[in-house]
Amino acid sequence: MPEARDPDGKAGGASTSAREPLRSLVRALFDRVDTGFDAAFGARANPWRVLGGLAWFLFWIVAATGIYVYAAFDTSASGAYASVERITADAWPLSGLARSLHRYASDAFILLTVLHLAREWAHRRYAHVQRFAWLTGVALLGFVWLSGVGGFWLVWDRLAQFSIVATTEWLDALPLFSEPLAANFDDDSRIDDRFFSLLIFLHIGIPLATLAVMWIHVQRLQRPVTQVPRILAWGTLAALAVLSLALPVTSDAPAALAVEPATLRLDWFYLAPHVVQYVWSPQALWALVAVAAVALLLLPYLSRAARAPRRPVAVVELANCNGCRRCFADCPYNAIEMVARTDGRPHPFQASVDPDLCAGCGICAGACPSSTPFRSVADLVSGIDLPQKPIGAARSTLERELARVAAPQRNGSGASPRILVVGCDESVDVVALRSADTAAMTLLCAAQLPPSFVEYALRSGADGVLVTGCREGDCVWRLGQRWVEERFAGERAPRLRGGVPRERVRIAWAGPQDGTRLTQAIDAFRDELASLPPESRATLVPPKRERRPSDAPA
Amino acid sequence: MNTHPVNRIVSYTGQALGYTAFCAVVAYFSVAPPYRHLPPDGALVKLSLQHAGQRKEACHERTPEELAKLAPNMRAASVCPRERVPVAVEIELDGRMLVRESVPPSGFAKDGSATLYRRVGVPAGEHRVVARLGDAPAPGFGYVKETTVTLKPGAILLLDFDANAGGWVFRS
Repeated sequence: MPEARDPDGKAGGASTSAREPLRSLVRALFDRVDTGFDAAFGARANPWRVLGGLAWFLFWIVAATGIYVYAAFDTSASGAYASVERITADAWPLSGLARSLHRYASDAFILLTVLHLAREWAHRRYAHVQRFAWLTGVALLGFVWLSGVGGFWLVWDRLAQFSIVATTEWLDALPLFSEPLAANFDDDSRIDDRFFSLLIFLHIGIPLATLAVMWIHVQRLQRPVTQVPRILAWGTLAALAVLSLALPVTSDAPAALAVEPATLRLDWFYLAPHVVQYVWSPQALWALVAVAAVALLLLPYLSRAARAPRRPVAVVELANCNGCRRCFADCPYNAIEMVARTDGRPHPFQASVDPDLCAGCGICAGACPSSTPFRSVADLVSGIDLPQKPIGAARSTLERELARVAAPQRNGSGASPRILVVGCDESVDVVALRSADTAAMTLLCAAQLPPSFVEYALRSGADGVLVTGCREGDCVWRLGQRWVEERFAGERAPRLRGGVPRERVRIAWAGPQDGTRLTQAIDAFRDELASLPPESRATLVPPKRERRPSDAPA
Repeated sequence: MNTHPVNRIVSYTGQALGYTAFCAVVAYFSVAPPYRHLPPDGALVKLSLQHAGQRKEACHERTPEELAKLAPNMRAASVCPRERVPVAVEIELDGRMLVRESVPPSGFAKDGSATLYRRVGVPAGEHRVVARLGDAPAPGFGYVKETTVTLKPGAILLLDFDANAGGWVFRS
């Protein structure tokens, strides 16, 4: 039986919407936005599903335009403002466009970073195996802000004056410096060329550090999304370029430290903290930042998700492991490493699971060649398996379900096609869809299904196999959908064999809220199967199987 | 994605709307809404000083007996305790006290300069400013400057202190 589900699709108990109303509300909002953008962009190019990857792309835009603009920048106190004005006026080819792109992409960068953080929080992706990415992501937010705010100072206009004075006054609120940093900006005579060299050093050094933290941020993930689909990348770049041409970024009046800026065209993405500081106090801003940082950093340790019991992790059964590395290649969280053999068998390696990194998703079991149900053993044991839903139990469930829908009274040429629906515990409850001609089984993830199970089901009496899971592009375990599609397309081991008639296999991704859509997909698949010529349904030879204890009459 | 022409048109329209909304958010919040940092008729008094108070105890000469008790390499004739007194500062504007602080010396041995940085918003216009600073162990203010200034909207009146230049320096 599948586990009970939350309304937002997570397996594992009573509803969380009552206990976490804010998170549930934000999650529902994201789901709605996803639905709309899926319709327009397609699930794979939906920007909301690849916010982190899009932030990486924006970083490269910022870096490239920054290097281009820097070539024409004068790093002297007297020349900085004038050189930015020349850049804006296209002293270099397209330098004005580059400046505007640099600024707008920077704004979008921090906006998407915040949205990415909010989305991961709404999806409860911050505890256990996602803890490392969460903690480094929170740190990244600070790095992104520091990278961006330094760029405003280089322009040395009134906005720069406001921001640098505000920042130094904020720093002075801490008892760190023997002399107030803000006193350095009492009058213009104190601003010299060395000061601008320092600003340049900061504005290059901090983004480089940001890039390093971005790299660390994705280290524990297999195939992290650091690139977005080409269509989305070009679309984003084109949109920002059009914006830059339509509304070019311009400077404010030159900085004049003897006059306090009164009204400012503030960039709220980066400079909003200054407003908080002046509306409340520098100390209040420090308190706000500290409380927010501590709350975000403690979330992976103290939240409900963190305190919930961890899922059982994958277990390696050395007798069935030949060290083929497929589980190692498919694990979404890099929880498996290949180590030297310990049992004396003639294979150089064996799989080893790091329990701290294992999410218990079952994808490794779906990748293991020993998970094939055609093995003539009574007790099917995989080389790597999940104790809560082992492959052997999945084969038993499949056989039991197919036996149920293959009842004698259904036999006949007019019977409707029998479909095996394979779902995952994180999405639509497919077991509830069982009927006289629909067999159903659920796994931890759709990618826990070895492709050989599909062939086995077709040879065991199913007319068709439909695999479903999370909504397209939104796999809870990150890579499940990708592996299923690549395995079924014969692009990735273990492959669905070429002899399996593809018209009898269907993938229909559907999120927890897409039950109706899934039912429609099953009905449409059944109609297509019914229209196939009768001989195409009987091309596969039934599998040989030994008699098992479970075959005994009750 | 559905490739029916109508669906493609709807899809492209949706994408255009998505990119437009994205650019609109970025464009708007990169310059708006405007932030009023100072009221239209406001000015600023900025107090920024760094000054070391006098020594808490005066230097004195060691007696021959005291010198004899010391190791030969430690026999300095004068003894000057390092600790300095806090610097007392008062700023008065049109008879109203803007700042009144006793600023301790910096450093673990309390022998460094006292530093003070404050910003106070004031209305633009003519003001009578009185600045007082006391840096001696005895109470009272050794440095007092009183003047009338006219501040334009947005102007900063900087109150600095330079003992070598005679004390308070007002710049606006």
